[in-house]
Amino acid sequence: MRTNGTLTLNGRTCTIEEEDQSLLELARREGVEIPTFCYHSELSVYGACRLCMVDVEGMGVVTSCSTAPRPGMVVRTQTGEIRQMRRVAVELLLASHDTACPTCPKSASCQLQSLSQSLGIENVRFRNLREKVPVDDSSHAIVRNPNRCVLCGDCVRICSEVQGIGALDFVGRGRDVAIMPAFGKGLADVECVGCGQCAAFCPTAALVPRSEVEQAHAFLDDPDKVVVAQIAPAVRVALGEHFGMESGSIVTGQIVAALRALGFDKVYDTCWAADLTVMEETHEFFSRRRAHAESGNGGEPRALFTSCCPAWVRCAEQYYPDLLPQISTCRSPQQMFGSLAKEILPQQFGIDPGDLVVVSIMPCTAKKMEASLPAFERDGRRDVDLVLTTGELAKMIDGAHLRFRDLEPSSLDLPFGFKTGAAVIFGASGGVTEAVLRLAAEELGGERSDAPQFPVVRGSKGLLETELKVAGNTLRLAVVHGLKNAQELATAVLEGKAKYDLVEVMACPGGCVSGAGQPPTERSSRKARTRALHDADSMLQLHKSQDNTVLMQTIRELGGTGSEEAHRLLHTEHVHRRRIRGEGMSFSSIAEASGPPPLKISVCVGTSCYLKGAQDLLYGLIRHVRDRELDGLVDVEATFCFEQCDRGPTISVGGKLLHRCKLKDALEALETEMDERSIDVGKEFVATPPTGS
Amino acid sequence: MSKASCAHAHQDDTPSRTFEKVCQILDCHGRRSARLIPILQEIQREYRYLPEPVLTYVATSLGIPPARVYGVATFYSFFTLKPKGKHVVHLCDGTACHVSHSLHILDALRKRLGLPEGKETTEDMLFTVETVACLGACGLSPVMVVDGKVHGSLTPETAVEVIEKILAEEEAQ
Repeated sequence: MRTNGTLTLNGRTCTIEEEDQSLLELARREGVEIPTFCYHSELSVYGACRLCMVDVEGMGVVTSCSTAPRPGMVVRTQTGEIRQMRRVAVELLLASHDTACPTCPKSASCQLQSLSQSLGIENVRFRNLREKVPVDDSSHAIVRNPNRCVLCGDCVRICSEVQGIGALDFVGRGRDVAIMPAFGKGLADVECVGCGQCAAFCPTAALVPRSEVEQAHAFLDDPDKVVVAQIAPAVRVALGEHFGMESGSIVTGQIVAALRALGFDKVYDTCWAADLTVMEETHEFFSRRRAHAESGNGGEPRALFTSCCPAWVRCAEQYYPDLLPQISTCRSPQQMFGSLAKEILPQQFGIDPGDLVVVSIMPCTAKKMEASLPAFERDGRRDVDLVLTTGELAKMIDGAHLRFRDLEPSSLDLPFGFKTGAAVIFGASGGVTEAVLRLAAEELGGERSDAPQFPVVRGSKGLLETELKVAGNTLRLAVVHGLKNAQELATAVLEGKAKYDLVEVMACPGGCVSGAGQPPTERSSRKARTRALHDADSMLQLHKSQDNTVLMQTIRELGGTGSEEAHRLLHTEHVHRRRIRGEGMSFSSIAEASGPPPLKISVCVGTSCYLKGAQDLLYGLIRHVRDRELDGLVDVEATFCFEQCDRGPTISVGGKLLHRCKLKDALEALETEMDERSIDVGKEFVATPPTGS
Repeated sequence: MSKASCAHAHQDDTPSRTFEKVCQILDCHGRRSARLIPILQEIQREYRYLPEPVLTYVATSLGIPPARVYGVATFYSFFTLKPKGKHVVHLCDGTACHVSHSLHILDALRKRLGLPEGKETTEDMLFTVETVACLGACGLSPVMVVDGKVHGSLTPETAVEVIEKILAEEEAQ
């Protein structure tokens, strides 16, 4: 084995391993804890928080996160000087911090709080010079409270480095520096996809999942409402951690008991809808391939992308309009559940549809955004009324003073509580693919088994590519998590550089098990939760969605998979969405006060149209207006996204939309409109004789 | 200042001409995100500030998030997101200028231009008066730069004279 020498750490001789990029990593591997805010093994090294300082003989005090270990170094992680420096650093952070800790949602799990305690800071000697700024609660998923920010930049880096979105960044400098979305807008008005990883990485409560606990209590307290819950797979392997149980403890029974104690009338399982998703999506997969074969277009059928993860769907809707036809039209399991619950249960319970309340318990913040979409509303009522994260449920259980660990396990209600193991593994990256394969392999004529397993699609790699041979067919599969990985893959697919049959995308690293609504996630807990989901699958009697007899009954009543009724209730349409809300740019000279309003021409300069040549269109139109001396009569403006990206470049001439517009078409439309206008203007002159000179 | 400017000299400054220049600037820099700062410098020369929709457009064309462009635009004090006056006065308030009473000069300038508390730009958009940390010309203290031209060893009276001269020229036009 190759060694890289040794160094002395707190008087102990340690070997420098290949993987030790920094003194911090080496120390942690050796079991020596060094505090940090801004270091994360999955993000780039930033060196901003100055808490990880160590003393290196001959070098003095250095940040251990950004110092590479070298042979012969003598490193001390605890000296009087370092302790003093850490204390001052934390004290300064506390000075400009909103220290209303008892009412803070992160209280008890806040890293600033625990660090302050462990450093023994009992008094802050400095005055707060920062003025309080408003809280941004525009987003359905995340609440941003800048008054609690320590400027570690974790959110900035996770959003751009892992998710490839970059919705947050540093703004200003010196003591005015702050982290915010572009132009200080609310998170709802920018490209945030709601994945919430910023909140998961935030050491304080500057970014937290939006809490809807109070609304949940209001529903539960209302005697007219029948409140039903659905529990996502990943919740059952994480909630126990909040109550001091080991990572990966399966606590389904206790969750059901807790929900009943909280006043839920029925407790169902999102897994039931996940089984349904498998049936619908596999049906869609094969019918798309058949349609391709029958179309006679030749070539290979295009890859089908999964649609279970709302943050991914949002990402695609904003950045990849040309990919949308390849994304499964299946609603996510949460929304399939909501839709069917609202369709079936009121009649079954003999209640008014308005009195049924569906609450989801999810590991995810993007699900909050998804449930609020108008597409998932019927008759003004949401299919899923409320989404609570694992963390919110934990707070409700705490609030009701239930002793979670001592609760007598209870079982899920039928019919929507019945599931197979295929659905349970949805919560881990690769799970959707494996669940689909358990059906698809049989459909392709593969060997039949009661408990088929496809470990080739499991694993923690950001992008997993594999080929699977089934009865003479080859399926090319890709399993990707982390939206930056997904975006790279999407680009490769669109450019024809990568070819697959099925692509599973999950926004969060490792899939839903490390969703932003979960208890704090470490690499080890992610692993334990994933393993627990596979264990839960193994412990169930059934492992294939097609074996879910209770579900099959429902599907038959709907008219079968892929039926018209199934489409109405279980599928959706993906729409293009603009990334940032803002005003367009007008290029006309200041309009004259008199005369008719100018003809308005808007050219979309959103990313998609831009890439398809919108700038040349804009250019040509502006030139034309100038050459024809139409300034004042025609107002050309650049606007950001008509949300019709697939047919871009798009322009609007006097309110009429022109798709796949070429300059020639645009100028023709302009002239036609102007001709019509001059006729109208002429008429006006006849109709109203001039009054006075 | 960047060595090569992409946009040609001012012909007129209608919104459409200015936008054409933005496109020229972007093209000239090959729409490379590494060129963001020079691009913003040149755009600011056209608009005298950085309008939000233009920054969003720049982000789109460079393929980077608008938040990154906004972050860069707010980091450097050279950039401004508020419209500035036609003539920009940078009065130095670094240590050397400060001890030679630069603030008296600031008071005199603001009084002459009738700038109310908290405002840096005159109502008629003719003047913007800003202080900067150090112009690096301490030998000339107190010093100010007006439209790129350095005026040193100032008194409140000589500083106001510089303004009067510009006002007279504006009047004549």
